[in-house]
Amino acid sequence: MYYRRTLTDAQINRELLHVVFTTPMWWIVLVVSLGLVVAVAVAAVGYMFNQGLGVTGLRQPVFWGFFITNFVFWVGISHAGVMISAILRLSQAEWRRPMVRAAEIMTVFSLMAALTMPLVHAGRAWRIFYWIFPYDWSRGIWPDTRSPLIWDPVAIFTYLISSSLFVYTALIPDLAVIRDRSKGTWRYPMYAILSLGWHGSPHQWKLQGIAGILLSALILPVFVSVHSIVSWDFGVSLVPSWHVTVFAPYFVIGAVHSGVSAVVTLMVIMRKLYHLENYIWEEHIDALARLLIVVATGWFFLFWLDFVFALWTREEQEMVVWNLRLFEAPWGWLFLTFFITSYVIPVPLWLFKRVRRSFTWMLWTSLLVNVGMWLERFLIIVPGLVRKGPLVFDYGSYRPSIIEITIVVGTLALVPFLLLLFSKFFPLIPLWEEKEGQKLIDHIQLGNVKVPALVKEH
Amino acid sequence: MATQAKPSTHGAGDRDTPKWEMVVDLDRCTGCQACVIACQAENNIPINEESAFHEARVIQWIRIERYWEGEFPDVKARFLPLLCQQCDNAPCESVCPVYATYHNNEGLNVQVYNRCVGTRYCGNNCPYHARLFNYWEPTWPEDLRNQLNPDVTVRTRGVMEKCTFCIQRIRRATRGGEAVADGDLQPACAQACPTSALVFGNANDAGARVSKLKNDKRRFRVMEELGTDPSVTYLKQVDTDG
Repeated sequence: MYYRRTLTDAQINRELLHVVFTTPMWWIVLVVSLGLVVAVAVAAVGYMFNQGLGVTGLRQPVFWGFFITNFVFWVGISHAGVMISAILRLSQAEWRRPMVRAAEIMTVFSLMAALTMPLVHAGRAWRIFYWIFPYDWSRGIWPDTRSPLIWDPVAIFTYLISSSLFVYTALIPDLAVIRDRSKGTWRYPMYAILSLGWHGSPHQWKLQGIAGILLSALILPVFVSVHSIVSWDFGVSLVPSWHVTVFAPYFVIGAVHSGVSAVVTLMVIMRKLYHLENYIWEEHIDALARLLIVVATGWFFLFWLDFVFALWTREEQEMVVWNLRLFEAPWGWLFLTFFITSYVIPVPLWLFKRVRRSFTWMLWTSLLVNVGMWLERFLIIVPGLVRKGPLVFDYGSYRPSIIEITIVVGTLALVPFLLLLFSKFFPLIPLWEEKEGQKLIDHIQLGNVKVPALVKEH
Repeated sequence: MATQAKPSTHGAGDRDTPKWEMVVDLDRCTGCQACVIACQAENNIPINEESAFHEARVIQWIRIERYWEGEFPDVKARFLPLLCQQCDNAPCESVCPVYATYHNNEGLNVQVYNRCVGTRYCGNNCPYHARLFNYWEPTWPEDLRNQLNPDVTVRTRGVMEKCTFCIQRIRRATRGGEAVADGDLQPACAQACPTSALVFGNANDAGARVSKLKNDKRRFRVMEELGTDPSVTYLKQVDTDG
């Protein structure tokens, strides 16, 4: 139904591999400028390691700030990958085809960005491998598995490994195409090794298909677990307003909200930069926007529950935090911004077909969602620490330092930077998925009826 | 009555093993801050200069929280010396991924600086805000370097620290396995307190002052409702005269 345009295999190869075989000017400009931002952030990290965490805005008792907010944000973005590729693949949504790889690879890179955050956040980052790896090294002490900070790396590394495998399995047929088209050049050995001797025999296709389905199914528990576990960093603590049972589903659906929005942003920008008008159509972002309406409303419901639970119990400290969030500057303003940008503006707009099918509208609304969702994480984490606690008078506000802001901006540049580098070596839209989609719309005229020429076996 | 206080290999329930506790008599506390200074000197805590107060990164293992009660001119100053409560059900311990803080068999919440990587989760999870982070490398003026306590580790930047109940004194006093009379062993804060508002001792010794005072009818424990089971008991007569 979605494949209304007929593209030949040769055309698909030519258009999708364009940036792999040529280097446009905009690509160089973007890579250099984003690379510079990343380099500045790396310098900021170096300065911070050299001077100590005193250069951040953290203070007694606000021990967690921008870095942890950014960590939760990037883990949230990474949820798009599993949502788009695993769930849509298993539910056989045809419209997933052009976005699976971009979503998956964004997952991998945003998880990498997320992983840098706890590392730079720690007081002695050079010792952090003691706790990430469940091995006693030379100390004779294993990590404490009661701590959510052990669950975190386990969940995230599981996700990273399975996503990387997923991306790679889906890449193999495309790698073989590049290999065959680059004989005699410097590229050839690299792609020859990476494509693992793929020559497209029916047996290989079968195995590749089975691997894809299996990985999709195996990755599904990760879909629920990763952000649940991240939410338990807060949920299992004693801090009022963190200590909330609804956090796990609330975080998961919030992650899908921000992640799918990020895929929309990425799709629109990709379409423009890589001239993918033949592949990414209005129908695709329309479908994403309809998915987003459901996800955003589900997320809003859980956000509302979080609020109502606090009102319901009328627990004093919970009320203190909500009072801070809603009525005290600057938190109130941030809250208003978060509320408007993540739900009030985008969702009603998405109800209009004209907005859902407009690339410009979708670009800006999806960006707004992620501004809001970044603030959401900030408003979950920091006010609980800033609040006026009982019997302790060391409360006070938190203001991020320029170093923290630089590092956070650095991660915002890092993910597109890595995506651009990736696109230089690998096609952002899977060639074989597109070709398969084309095959599935071939029809044969049999008397008065048209029947599909090919029926996919599952 | 003296008790045999020795490092034990038995579990915490063992009556021979000391259970170190403290009682803070708020009716005696004048808020003079002698305990804060004594702790600073004993435990090699860097000097809190003006900048530390501006940055809100003051390191005090014991601090005096001050409250005003009533409206001017009928106003009363209230003081609450707050230190690590050495909770028996400590929220800081279970969240540390590297066992940098754990409970020992003498009821102490122990901080191992070498293991700490500085995730600061324990600090978030401590409702008493007794845990402090070294944001900067601690420094002392050259002429004060020789007065550092050789029994106490000088912490590096990037690690958490907190009150230890002067564990170095406990270790010295109980090293040989000899008996320690009640009152002979005191942390620096209790020793310096001019009004004896701070009482330290072995709560497993029924005759110790701390065991008697902790069952006083004026007793309460700070934020007991959180289920942290603190080892510090506070005493306060509730004013009835308004």
